[in-house]
Amino acid sequence: MFSFCTDPATLPQWQWFACYLTTGTHFAFYRSFVMVILLLAITAPVALGMGLLGAMAVRSRIWPVSWLGKGYVNIVRGVPDIVFFMFVPIALGQGIEWVFHQINCPDWDQPIRQGNDFIVCREARVPGPNAPAWVRSTYAFSMAVIAYALVFGAFAANTLYGAMQAVPRAQVETAEAYGMTRAQAFRRIIMPQMWIYALPGLSNIWQILIKATPLLFLLGIQDAVYWARELGGQKTSLYTYPHPDWRVWYFLVLLCFYLFLTWGSERVFARLNRRLSRGQATAAGERMRKAAA
Amino acid sequence: MRSCGESFDAYILRALGRDWGERLLPRGLDITMCDQLVLIGSGLIWTFYFAALAIGIGFFLAVAVAVAKTSETPWVSRPASAFVFVFRGSPLFIQFFFFYSAFVLLPRTGIDIPLGFVTLTVQTSALTTAQVGGLIVLVLNTTAYSAELFAGALRAIPKGDLDAADAYGLSGFTKFRRVVFPSMLRLAWPSYTNEAIFLTHSTTLVFLSAFPAREQAGEAFYYARYFVDQTFNPFVGYPIVAAYFILLTLGIVALFGFANRRLNRHLPRERRPRVRFRPQYIR
Repeated sequence: MFSFCTDPATLPQWQWFACYLTTGTHFAFYRSFVMVILLLAITAPVALGMGLLGAMAVRSRIWPVSWLGKGYVNIVRGVPDIVFFMFVPIALGQGIEWVFHQINCPDWDQPIRQGNDFIVCREARVPGPNAPAWVRSTYAFSMAVIAYALVFGAFAANTLYGAMQAVPRAQVETAEAYGMTRAQAFRRIIMPQMWIYALPGLSNIWQILIKATPLLFLLGIQDAVYWARELGGQKTSLYTYPHPDWRVWYFLVLLCFYLFLTWGSERVFARLNRRLSRGQATAAGERMRKAAA
Repeated sequence: MRSCGESFDAYILRALGRDWGERLLPRGLDITMCDQLVLIGSGLIWTFYFAALAIGIGFFLAVAVAVAKTSETPWVSRPASAFVFVFRGSPLFIQFFFFYSAFVLLPRTGIDIPLGFVTLTVQTSALTTAQVGGLIVLVLNTTAYSAELFAGALRAIPKGDLDAADAYGLSGFTKFRRVVFPSMLRLAWPSYTNEAIFLTHSTTLVFLSAFPAREQAGEAFYYARYFVDQTFNPFVGYPIVAAYFILLTLGIVALFGFANRRLNRHLPRERRPRVRFRPQYIR
């Protein structure tokens, strides 16, 4: 990175560190923090969308839809989700390959499961046998996003369903008295008002989602935990930057990163809560009304 | 191929180590359904060990931290709040890695603490094992989460209870033991049940993170993962471990429900708070 970095062995302390912290692998480490944020930024809206769909399905009057919603919420919530994180990417990957296999190679006569192998024809491999590395890592990453969205969507569905039920009944009855249909009342009355009731639960789920992101490591993705282990481990003098076992410092950085993330989002949610309480028929909203009057 | 009885004999105690059954785990095409059921079940030994000890020790520490956290003295409440913040604000997974890499740095021979007349040697070599080091992390983690629950309950104790205690002339530790502590437990118990469930589920992370499974002796999820890696078939191992955990969860709910009934035995039946199972596993 810097011009003086050609021979690190002779450098004084601070220059050595300046060079050490700007190596290519360290930039991969820094990028993995961006990846955590990216994962959160993609997963949160998707999970919220899944949650909204799930909650609407549970409320539905058509019983197959409502059963589907209830099944989704209860099955995902009833099983430890670490199991889901490991299960969904593999199962989904095999499922996708199986579908492609059925489409592309209809005249394949061997069984797909042979002993301990899962064998599909060459055209059905996803990602393809000679796909570039970035396609493979993007594929692995999107599998992880789907697993996270599935699990957290079920949590969100449960919270949003509770919030929809919590909107005061009188509000909905008033809407009906104005001649609104069920769908109209849902769109105009329940949807705008339910968020204040959903917020404590959603903030809780968000915090759990943040704390679930290091589990990416278990899916074999090169995330912050992976790099902290790689970079922190003892390096002998064969390496350009030899150092003893520094893993504890790297994990301290990770620990602080997550503490900062949860602390920051707690503050954001507190603000959001104040903002959403304005004009609501809740204790907090009433307090704000009295303070203003 | 082994029969079911043979796999039972070979693997039911295998989680305790190599000397407690077959030395090698079943591999490749040799794996039978019974192997998976028995070996994953044997892993539950460690699940029980971690959960029972962490909850048992963490409970008392959590009460102490909760009392400290609600204390009026800032010198007492600040460190307690900081402790709770650090352990609740960061992922347990990272905490395992952090503590493991810190424990590794300790000298293997032990630390000498000179106490003037005698030198105390603290054994540190055990700290890098999951059974001791991992347990410490779990205890600290559950202490923080439960302390938050208990602190909330301490703040929510009805004023009337405290007034009544004062009227009876109770003060100090007697007041705490007879009035504050039982009220706190009663208020916090439903959420504490959930905390116990989360903790039991998060024992799966012990062997998945930094702590090594020596002699391939791990807990249930470790073996489930082993089988999925061996057979490349996620549709057997993971559902088995999920089923075991659901059973375990039901057991905890029953046990804590019994304690809940005992805590509220003075109340009429319909006013007793119910334990509701609200699972959210990751921490």
